[in-house]
Amino acid sequence: MNADPVVGRAVPRRDGPAKVSGAAAFTAEVPVEGTAHAKLVCSTVAAGEITGIDLTEARSAPGVVAIMTHHNAPAMRIAPLLITLRGASFTRAPVMQDARIRWNGQPVAIVVAETPEQADHAASLVRVSYALAEARLVFDDLKAGAPQPDHVQGEAPAVMIGDAEAALRAADTRVDQVYRTPWHTHCAIEPHATTVAWHDDRSLTMWDATQAITHSQATLAEVFSLDLENIRVVSQFVGGAFGNKMMWSHQILCAAAARLAQRPVRLVLSRSDVFRVTGGRTRTEQRVALGARADGTLTALIHEATTTTGISDGFAEQCTFPARVLYGADTFGIDQRVVELHTPANSSMRAPGESVGSFALECAIDELAEQLDVDPLDLRTRFEPAAHPTTGKPFSARHLLEAYRLGAERFGWAERSSAPRSRRDGPWWIGQGVATATYPYTRMPGGRASVTVSADGHATVRTAAHEMGMGTATVQAQYAADHLGLPLDRVHFEYGDSRHPAAVPAGGSAQTVSIIASVVAATRALTAELLRLTSSDSPLAGAGTDDVELRDGGIYLRDGGAGQSWPDILRRAGRDELTGEGAASPPTETAQHAMHSFGVQFCEVRVHDVTGEVRVSRWLGMFDTGRIINPRTATSQFRGAIVMGIGSALSEETIFDERTGRVLNATLAEYHVPVHADIPPIEVAWLGHPDPLAPMAGKGVGEVGMVGVAAAVANAVYNATGRRIRDLPITPDKVLGL
Amino acid sequence: MIVINGTPHEIAITDPRRSLLDHLRTDAGLHGPKKGCDQGGCGACTVLLDGRRVLACLTLAAQADGRTVTTVEGVGRDGDLDPLQEAFINHDGFQCGYCTPGQVCSAIGMADEVARGVPSRVSPEIGAASFDLSPDEIRERMSGNLCRCGAYNGIVAAIEETYVGGPR
Amino acid sequence: MKPFTYQRADDVASAVAAAATTPGAVYLGGGTNLVDLMRQNIERPAALVDISRLPARIEIGTDGRLRIPAAATNTDVAADPVVRRDFRIIAEAIVNGASGQIRNMATVGGNLMQRTRCLYFYDAGAHCNKREPGSGCDAVDGHNRMHAVLGASPHCMATHPSDLAVALAALDARVHLAGPAGQRTVELRDLHRLPGDTPHVEHTLEPGELITTVSVPAPPAEARSAYRKVRERASYAFALVSVAALLEVRDGTVVSARLALGGVAAKPWRAASAEAVLTGAPATRASFERAADVALADARPLTHNGFKIPLMRRVIVSTLEELS
Ligand SMILES: Cc1cc2nc3c(=O)[nH]c(=O)nc-3n(C[C@H](O)[C@H](O)[C@H](O)COP(=O)(O)OP(=O)(O)OC[C@H]3O[C@@H](n4cnc5c(N)ncnc54)[C@H](O)[C@@H]3O)c2cc1C
Ligand code: SF4
Ligand code: FES
Ligand code: FES
Repeated sequence: MNADPVVGRAVPRRDGPAKVSGAAAFTAEVPVEGTAHAKLVCSTVAAGEITGIDLTEARSAPGVVAIMTHHNAPAMRIAPLLITLRGASFTRAPVMQDARIRWNGQPVAIVVAETPEQADHAASLVRVSYALAEARLVFDDLKAGAPQPDHVQGEAPAVMIGDAEAALRAADTRVDQVYRTPWHTHCAIEPHATTVAWHDDRSLTMWDATQAITHSQATLAEVFSLDLENIRVVSQFVGGAFGNKMMWSHQILCAAAARLAQRPVRLVLSRSDVFRVTGGRTRTEQRVALGARADGTLTALIHEATTTTGISDGFAEQCTFPARVLYGADTFGIDQRVVELHTPANSSMRAPGESVGSFALECAIDELAEQLDVDPLDLRTRFEPAAHPTTGKPFSARHLLEAYRLGAERFGWAERSSAPRSRRDGPWWIGQGVATATYPYTRMPGGRASVTVSADGHATVRTAAHEMGMGTATVQAQYAADHLGLPLDRVHFEYGDSRHPAAVPAGGSAQTVSIIASVVAATRALTAELLRLTSSDSPLAGAGTDDVELRDGGIYLRDGGAGQSWPDILRRAGRDELTGEGAASPPTETAQHAMHSFGVQFCEVRVHDVTGEVRVSRWLGMFDTGRIINPRTATSQFRGAIVMGIGSALSEETIFDERTGRVLNATLAEYHVPVHADIPPIEVAWLGHPDPLAPMAGKGVGEVGMVGVAAAVANAVYNATGRRIRDLPITPDKVLGL
Repeated sequence: MIVINGTPHEIAITDPRRSLLDHLRTDAGLHGPKKGCDQGGCGACTVLLDGRRVLACLTLAAQADGRTVTTVEGVGRDGDLDPLQEAFINHDGFQCGYCTPGQVCSAIGMADEVARGVPSRVSPEIGAASFDLSPDEIRERMSGNLCRCGAYNGIVAAIEETYVGGPR
Repeated sequence: MKPFTYQRADDVASAVAAAATTPGAVYLGGGTNLVDLMRQNIERPAALVDISRLPARIEIGTDGRLRIPAAATNTDVAADPVVRRDFRIIAEAIVNGASGQIRNMATVGGNLMQRTRCLYFYDAGAHCNKREPGSGCDAVDGHNRMHAVLGASPHCMATHPSDLAVALAALDARVHLAGPAGQRTVELRDLHRLPGDTPHVEHTLEPGELITTVSVPAPPAEARSAYRKVRERASYAFALVSVAALLEVRDGTVVSARLALGGVAAKPWRAASAEAVLTGAPATRASFERAADVALADARPLTHNGFKIPLMRRVIVSTLEELS
């Protein structure tokens, strides 16, 4: 422990100077001797069989080193799914093992050449012919028979409590609407990049832009039947991931091509390949029906969602999770369905499920408030449950009412005019909206870390974790400094390499707490080792780990007792350094309790009277996510999530041609993520009440910030104009009703 | 010949297809300029060509012949960071850092454009003799640089502090 | 990208000569459209003649016309004090387009000659009559939200994406050309062609012809003008629709009017019939609505872009109202 703790301080990012100066080397920039460059050739049809691949022209193009198709690809086993925690894939589709086409954009050949330009050109000369099969592509035609998935992120697909439909019919006031959200694509600015070098037939190194180092290593081991310890995966800096930088076919193909070419191969996906080869967020269609009594009790809460997956998996997006957690109701009717389509697999994208699910739920609550003529925030307070409404478990910590109150004060919610179309500034109608956010706390099992102390008084924490912009290195150094009782500048944090102890994937906002739990375990192991090294004349002789505390660069008996510095212990024992390694304790904290992050989003929009253009002019997010380790990086995480939410509200949509299953707007020029001009100053604040059950009392901050954002915007647009848009994105034509 | 960050580079462009971006990243060994899309859609590849901000991905290396190029590596002086770069750190104007070199170069070019009297879409009067660097102007003028991590607020604050003196 | 050769021209004559003598040559301006399309294998030239360093001084000619060399960058045009004072919709249109970086690279000639952003045109895997004559048009029954409502044909319904061209069309600009057969001038409104059954023929330039200059007559001194662009993303996006308008009103009556529409056709669409309706009419909302209806009388919606017609109508009316 630190007398003057650094946890809670707005410490600047450790990688700041490297990132602002261009010194930070991302995956495609790591020099690897003798590298050849690869380019994918991808299918232009969604379903069928490859009937022929003509490589004549491509083979004779300048610089070509090797071309791989399903004819000469090695046998590769199916990549294990991320959800199993034994791999990092979203799909069980075989990779280049057969002639079958499962989606439009599936790689059918990989061309390796001396330079990227040559690979590119040669790839354009590969001629592929197909026998088309009937493709499942039209969501509206297929949704009626959609089956229930086996599970939704490990939870039951349906939750029925009481007879919700009957309660709805009997309700004094009802809302019963269908909400739609389109496909989305992550669009990290760094495209996926991989370089693979085989050292011999049985060992390789893969430099990969990934958020799942350990699980990529496991995937390669399974796919190529290699020993885990013969595979090294390196991922130092990741240029954004948002759930998409997991294991897709391109890493597997790059590895296979490197073996075929007998030299290191680098594959950087083109931007359109990012859209077509990897999967994004599913579209959704959601019915939310709410029944209420005149006194404002919720008598029925129905949330039925249909999402999509690819032909060989992907997952059921947890759209209905907010409805299971947020509000108390007499009856619940929650149901999820999944349509299998010939599209890329559905993958996790920032706040999967909750973000788009909350759009439906939180708009419906707003509609109900309007019908009841109650302030939407007041209405939510009336629905506040005493315990988890669908499992009955107590919440470990839930301070949503306080967040509502403080957020409303700070935003000036009381001054809002509840009547739509009542405030105007020149041609702009002004409206304000609110929505609630929630995201489950998770801590994935399996993370490990090591802590090394050295005779020069430094400590180094190592784990195969990821720095994709969340500030992992900074935040973990802060935590470790306090935990080890060292000044911050004497703590190193090393990550990004599978040579370090295995880590959990960066997902589910779980990385920070998972690493902390493993650092706790490693420190305990280290402490035990150090105590074992102490000599019999040490004040620590005979002490156990529970008798001591770490502070001031050493180990001391509890309650201000005597002790020894580490350098002292090490020197006396003739050691330069000592390492303790440990595995995080099993995540039992969620066994008896419901653990969630919460928040509330307030926004103001301006809607142009003539053009229907919507611009967000003000934002406040008030969050309840437990203790915050670094206010600076946490603020950026919340803001970044809100920005992505604004994109989903106003402009983002991945357009599939329903005839061909092809992504049409597979460019950053045509897939509209928000630009500077779309984003107003975003104020974020948090309550900071510790969660007593979470390690370090903190819950994840990466995803909850996106939840409720689109709904808050849609509710504000309603307040501005009197038009309810239940179909994202909220474009000018919809606003004007054209 | 291209002068890159003050140093003349003889370039033998064996393949005219080579973009300025790939030339900088591979031949010149400067990976500050980033490839985000290779199609003009993101701004990550922004460098200064004869002092003006351009997209290196849509510039052929051959087109830069005889010109000076400044990348993010050449922005600071004497091994120190430029005040703008310091401000990016202080305002947390990035997360993953992939768009950052482009944002930094773009901001420098943008400030110069304002000084030269280049108007923007949000300039109150397009014919004005000079333009203020208001937050709205910064946001509009920087809109060619996407940041998917959403660090926009920090970036705007860093630019304001550097070129206007103090964020709002 | 297909291999190609590269050469740079320092003056118009050598540019034209180089293009005429190099098989498969095309001109390279800033490259912001051409290089992108080459990388997508949509354009596959065998040779590039770089004209981006041709002289680019913007000036007022002896005839009083603004003369913008084709190699002038969009930024330099928008920043030019004379342009900003007397031809303001040119500057407005430019700064409404693309991004600061792209405007620094993009030339005026390249901007006029840039190709459509139709998503099927951009995807070598799709059917497109413009890219491959006779292969069909995937936009007809496909995703055509951004497509044309005026002047389209069943063979192609792509739009021209330029903002600048819309302003230039409203200003009666002329395009000066140099080619193997000498020099000539065309009206900007005759530069682009409607698709008909030959959508791959997009303009009236002869092979090897180079745009050397765009010239613009001074607009009526009393006229007020505006460029309005609508898009869902606040910046760095092509127009859903746009309007360039000049309006001269004296004593409550419209003396002269010019109206050009963007985002609705394969060319910047000059609404001459609406101008005729406006001229001499009272400067009232009713007149403007009538003019908008006339301008859009022949507009035909496709499956996903019907909104463009009423949206354009609203923008025309409000822009004219603002100018009156
Ligand atoms: C992401 C993105 C967003 C954009 N947004 C907008 C927007 O909102 N509004 C807008 O208007 N534009 C927009 N643009 C397009 C941009 O304005 C054009 O790409 C640019 O103006 C083209 O000019 P250039 O000099 O780069 O042309 P090039 O790419 O060099 O050439 C384009 C074409 O013109 C031909 N050409 C060039 N010069 C001449 C000449 N002098 N004579 C004859 N032919 C010539 C070339 O052969 C080529 O066919 C955007 C572009 C991108 C990439
Ligand atoms: S609209 Fe024109 S450009 Fe688009 S696909 Fe059809 S023919 Fe091609
Ligand atoms: S890489 Fe140049 S704009 Fe995206
Ligand atoms: S910091 Fe990640 S894209 Fe800007």
